[in-house]
Amino acid sequence: MTFEPADRVDAVPPSGIRRFFELAEEMDDIISLGVGEPDFSAPWAAREAAITSLERGQTSYTANRGKRELRERIAGYEDERHGLSYDPDDEILVTAGASEGLDLAFRALLDPGDSIAVAQPCYVSYVPGATFAGVNVVDVPTRVEDEFKLTREVLEDSGAAEADALVYCYPNNPTGATMTGEELREVAAFCRENDLVVFADEIYADLTYEHDHTSIATLPGMRERTVVFNGFSKAFAMTGFRLGYAMGPPEAVEAMNRVHQYTMLSAPTTAQYAAIEALDNCWEDVEEMTSQYDRRRNYVLSRLRGMGLDCFPAAGAFYAFPECPWDDANEFAEALLQSEGVAVVPGTAFGEGGDGHLRLSYATGLDDLKEAMNRMESFLQ
Amino acid sequence: MSSRREILNLLRENARYTTEDLAHMTGFTESEVETIVDEFEEAGVICGYQAVVDWSAVDTDEERVRATVELNVALDRETNYSDIADRIGKFPEVTSLRLVSGDYDFDLEVEGDSMREVSHFISDKIAPIPEITQTVTHYIMESYKEQGMKFDDHDDDDRLSVSP
Repeated sequence: MTFEPADRVDAVPPSGIRRFFELAEEMDDIISLGVGEPDFSAPWAAREAAITSLERGQTSYTANRGKRELRERIAGYEDERHGLSYDPDDEILVTAGASEGLDLAFRALLDPGDSIAVAQPCYVSYVPGATFAGVNVVDVPTRVEDEFKLTREVLEDSGAAEADALVYCYPNNPTGATMTGEELREVAAFCRENDLVVFADEIYADLTYEHDHTSIATLPGMRERTVVFNGFSKAFAMTGFRLGYAMGPPEAVEAMNRVHQYTMLSAPTTAQYAAIEALDNCWEDVEEMTSQYDRRRNYVLSRLRGMGLDCFPAAGAFYAFPECPWDDANEFAEALLQSEGVAVVPGTAFGEGGDGHLRLSYATGLDDLKEAMNRMESFLQ
Repeated sequence: MSSRREILNLLRENARYTTEDLAHMTGFTESEVETIVDEFEEAGVICGYQAVVDWSAVDTDEERVRATVELNVALDRETNYSDIADRIGKFPEVTSLRLVSGDYDFDLEVEGDSMREVSHFISDKIAPIPEITQTVTHYIMESYKEQGMKFDDHDDDDRLSVSP
């Protein structure tokens, strides 16, 4: 017996992001618009709560589902901000990042051989996560003419009706697209008609700039067929704390918790204390960060338009997703990096439908954004 | 479209944003931005533009001394707080002047080239003003944060250069 990757691991190609990371790491003085996390540090009050918990020696495991105080606050926050009502006792599971939650859902709620429709372009983990769980993937490429929103038409055309589940993320990484309640209605109807469950990744729910976030689980007949994933990484800028949560009907959360209790045991304790403080006292920080993102978003979209690049007015997360001026987005991104020292990520790194586009993250200070836009403009001339 | 107030917020954050930057960020046209800023200036809403300087980082032998001074004053029928503030505020050494609640009346900040200069200023120019009954001077030994800006906050960007 030698160490060979298992077949389902071997089936997953290395991340397209990885290549750009390696190229960028070799260069000095680059400005990166390729970063998928906030440039802000976590709010100081949350960091201090983490420090205090360590000083008090609060370093044991917590309940598998997460600290009760945290689950209560999550329930209160989701109710107040997104109109979602979940019971902290048996409908909320605290996870090591939203990513763990999605992995749990793939493994605990689907069987090998089941299939999942994946709205794309999307976060890089969904397809590999499904593959690791032995679940077949149905690609659902969204379209630029729909501003990368999920529509009944693309669901029907891609054969999603045959799938057992649908996974999507709105506000979206990499496109910055958002969906209104009205737009989600037809997605919800499609899922009900074709008996799909939904894994709704709402990690960017509080980073919207033109309309408030709507969760599909608030639509009629959807709560019982939806698991919602959220966490502290994006709005609270707490990526390194690795803390998220999943919310769904008791039977779904119970199944996910069964895998979670044997594999993760409990989410990081220090991070749970920080998250309690974040929900109690860090909303001003979130508002300040959101207003900074919105300024940068306006700036980037306006500059891209000035360069003559088509870019739909992305209203969420911290990404713009303009069309690529060259036919080959990979080639363009590589040339831009090598010639101007500006890192962007080609849309193809995020799956089907991302072709011909670039992901520009504006989770970067305005001075750097301005310099990056200047360099990009001169590169195009 | 942003509000006019957003222009103020942005300039408070960085007074060197160009008209073009402000236009990109707010959705106003450049000429609208110019008009709005002009109006703020004329109305006295924007009183000036200054750099936030960490003097300890300036590579020079020249000393720069700052002190906060607590002032108690006695009012009478002819003299109110504004009259006293007007008199004190005229000295260029006084860089900020505020009426505050609590144990003393005015809180002022004074700048000079040496402790001696600042001391003389307080004893020669401020203390003798008839309405002033008491001064307490605190020399600033080290400044860590000014105008909302933390000096050397060690908040380096240690993120991966490209990430999903």
